[in-house]
Amino acid sequence: MALNINGKELETDEEGYLLNLNEWTRDAAVELAKSESVEMTESHWEVIDFLREYYDEYQIAPAVRVLTKAIGKKLGKEKGNSKYLYELFPYGPAKQACKIAGLPKPTGCI
Amino acid sequence: MLHIINKSPFEKNSLMSCFACAKEGSAILLIEDGVYGVIANSSIAADIKAAMAKNSIYALSADVNARGIADKVMDGITLIDYNGFVDLTCDHEKLQSWL
Amino acid sequence: MSIKKLLYVNRKAPYGTVYALESLEVVLIGAAFEQDVTLLFMDDGVFQLAKGQNTTAIDNKNFSPTYMALGDYEVNKIYVDQQSLDERGLSLDDLQHLVWEDEDEDYAEKDSIIIVDRAQIADLMEENDVVLSF
Repeated sequence: MALNINGKELETDEEGYLLNLNEWTRDAAVELAKSESVEMTESHWEVIDFLREYYDEYQIAPAVRVLTKAIGKKLGKEKGNSKYLYELFPYGPAKQACKIAGLPKPTGCI
Repeated sequence: MLHIINKSPFEKNSLMSCFACAKEGSAILLIEDGVYGVIANSSIAADIKAAMAKNSIYALSADVNARGIADKVMDGITLIDYNGFVDLTCDHEKLQSWL
Repeated sequence: MSIKKLLYVNRKAPYGTVYALESLEVVLIGAAFEQDVTLLFMDDGVFQLAKGQNTTAIDNKNFSPTYMALGDYEVNKIYVDQQSLDERGLSLDDLQHLVWEDEDEDYAEKDSIIIVDRAQIADLMEENDVVLSF
């Protein structure tokens, strides 16, 4: 499978995750979000940017529990709960947000 | 003769067997987990030093760097890159890999 | 589900075999089940925690930064065998500085690594409910 972004083909796996996370761009994120029926807002970008930074530092996508806690610490308690994150990413913050962020499916994602 | 070691000397006896069997003048190359043998001040450092008296000892720098031990390499060990690896194998007629 | 005390025993160097990476993945996955997790690094396993790993030239993923995330997963009891360090010419300073944040103390950073001897390792193996060996 592939995603066409500004004339460039980005390869994805059968579930739609980018194969090469270095090919990710913000335009790609918007397209990936569309395929998930998510419309990107500032609140979405906060989480996506956080995930990119987390992966860059630790080389893994965080599990939901870890993501929730870390978001709460970084962006405030009112955002560090699963209700808020599920509103942004209805099919699971870790799974869906990771896809939009161009990261592999989180380790331990259940 | 070129001897190649790819197992950690702390886990397998490949390196010690090699030392026991290598003739004077043979080259010994450490690759993969074998590069852990380069660390100064380890419990086997004395064995490595003794071997250096009769054999030249090389280690593949890519594997040394991967393992985070580049600043611990003892004096007298020659670090080589992949081209150096190719040169070594070409320079020696025979090769023994101690698996 | 009752909470079990799990001890992961890590005795292999990274990269040469797949044990180290497999263990790390199992630990991260297992952390989702809220068990009481303890990690032990001994023999060549202590090399997994070495600072300054750079795998660009060997075409392997450098997974050493992931150990720094263990605190986020509430894995904060990380035991390292002194004798294994000594035999390998290593000291605590040669290992990555692993920490966890104590939420009850305003996210104060605390060290995760505890250096132990062989007698303490024997106790660790006795007092945990399940020992997983890698």
